[in-house]
Amino acid sequence: MKEKIRIASGQGFWGDLIDAPYYQVTKGDIDYLVMDYLAEVTMSILQKQKNKDPKLGYATDLIDLMKRILPISSEKGIKIITNGGGVNPVDCANAIREIAVQNGIKKLKVAVVLGDNIKDHLDDIMSKGCLLNNMETGESIEIIKDKLLSANVYFGSFPVVEALKQGADIVITGRTTDTGLTLAPMIYEFGWKNNDYNLLAAGTVAGHILECGAQASGGNFLGDWESIENFAEIGFPIAEAYPNGEVIITKHPNTGGRVSFETVAEQLVYEIGNPEEYITPDCVADFTSIKLEEIGKDRVKVYNVKGKPETEFYKVSCSYHDGYSATGSLTYSWPQALTKAKKADQILRKRLENLELQFEEIRSEYLGFNATHENLSPQLDEDKINEIVLRFSVRGKDKNAVNRFGQEIAPLILTGPPSVTGFAGGRPKPKDVVAYWPALIPKKLVEPKIKILELI
Amino acid sequence: MSKIQLRQIAHGRSGDKGDAANIGIIAYDQKGYEILEKHLTAEKVKKHFEGICHGKVERYEMPNIRALNFLLHNTLGGGGTVSLKHDAQGKTLAAALLRMELEI
Repeated sequence: MKEKIRIASGQGFWGDLIDAPYYQVTKGDIDYLVMDYLAEVTMSILQKQKNKDPKLGYATDLIDLMKRILPISSEKGIKIITNGGGVNPVDCANAIREIAVQNGIKKLKVAVVLGDNIKDHLDDIMSKGCLLNNMETGESIEIIKDKLLSANVYFGSFPVVEALKQGADIVITGRTTDTGLTLAPMIYEFGWKNNDYNLLAAGTVAGHILECGAQASGGNFLGDWESIENFAEIGFPIAEAYPNGEVIITKHPNTGGRVSFETVAEQLVYEIGNPEEYITPDCVADFTSIKLEEIGKDRVKVYNVKGKPETEFYKVSCSYHDGYSATGSLTYSWPQALTKAKKADQILRKRLENLELQFEEIRSEYLGFNATHENLSPQLDEDKINEIVLRFSVRGKDKNAVNRFGQEIAPLILTGPPSVTGFAGGRPKPKDVVAYWPALIPKKLVEPKIKILELI
Repeated sequence: MSKIQLRQIAHGRSGDKGDAANIGIIAYDQKGYEILEKHLTAEKVKKHFEGICHGKVERYEMPNIRALNFLLHNTLGGGGTVSLKHDAQGKTLAAALLRMELEI
């Protein structure tokens, strides 16, 4: 058994710093590179791409990235685990295999984790008594079934562990939990069992710290953010994991950012509910048991993590089409910037009313005044404010109405209050609104499968 | 009695969980955590976000990292891509909570 492994976070979301994974494999030693590409809405986007072209449906950024890093990672023996396979992990893996062939890389095993995509099996699953009711509202999935865009089960770490046991150098998954990507190599390397709940919770906590990339290493830090050095070359976090479950969060030397009690603590509280019950497919981790200790420059030890047995369910994430929305904006300058923007808002609302357009929601916000903190925003001394951006949005079921709204923004420039600019990029077009449907499914109804693509 | 603004003793991070926002507030030291624990109640947070949070507010304690976690239900205008809010994911709500003034 290795005495420790170093697992590096390469992406916090699809759209994160493109060079981050490259620096993780080149600026220091790591054993694993893990990359999270999937937000809830991402699956629906990928499903739409696949509907248009059956060869697509995965994070295409991953392919350009692999062209850069695969020669390096295979030379150094770094294993790569990512959920960037989206709704088409097989074609994603094939594309990566092709890159390996082109680069003369030999002896590479690419594993694919399958079985999370249940969109085409819903009737079968429901016939077995799992009704996939909305876990927040209790509503039946029947009401959105004809508008369904995607349906995926969140798998945990164990399918990835199985892929590693079969010798995978690269593991491509669909909807695997962000935390599972980091936990899997610890289970595999240290021989942890599926009932070592404290250890599984320790790896899960490490996964939570790594899953948003540099948000654990100084990015988006609300403490003393101005003292963070060298944001431009910020180092993404690395989990140095030990067989007893202790993990040291760090980053490569000579990179920007900071790993401290405060930066790690901020990531620990990010997007959590009840901290005593952080539920994953692998275990239920107790975030109130975690101890953090700064043990050196940019080194924070995470230890004492307690865990409980996993639940009998997987979470299912479904997305469905729920109408259309559009957003437009106009910029009003001093003097009376806010007064002008508010007048424009009144005019626009009156015009929409005269057109008898039906919307579910109309919203106006004043950037520079109240867009982020709404009614907590302090009173504005208009004379000291140079400009205000009116941001105006509508949402509704009628695509034509939303489209018609888009034609009403630019006319305000010549038909409303003065000193207005910032209308570029054409009329706002109706955008599909994708809503999210969370549900639970008994674990016994879904079977993860591993497929290996081998280069000899 | 003295008045402090929360940002003097704490930092934090916020994000989305569906239509709920979560706000984690972390004290810079133990003394600060004791102030948070005693004074930063779910009721005060609910009142602070009047007109923004339309559901209940739940408070969870994390003394191990000197933090309180708040769940603000029905806050993000539907959440995800449904929300028309500029800050549909509640990313700036931690800063909004740090505006709060506490009598201690």
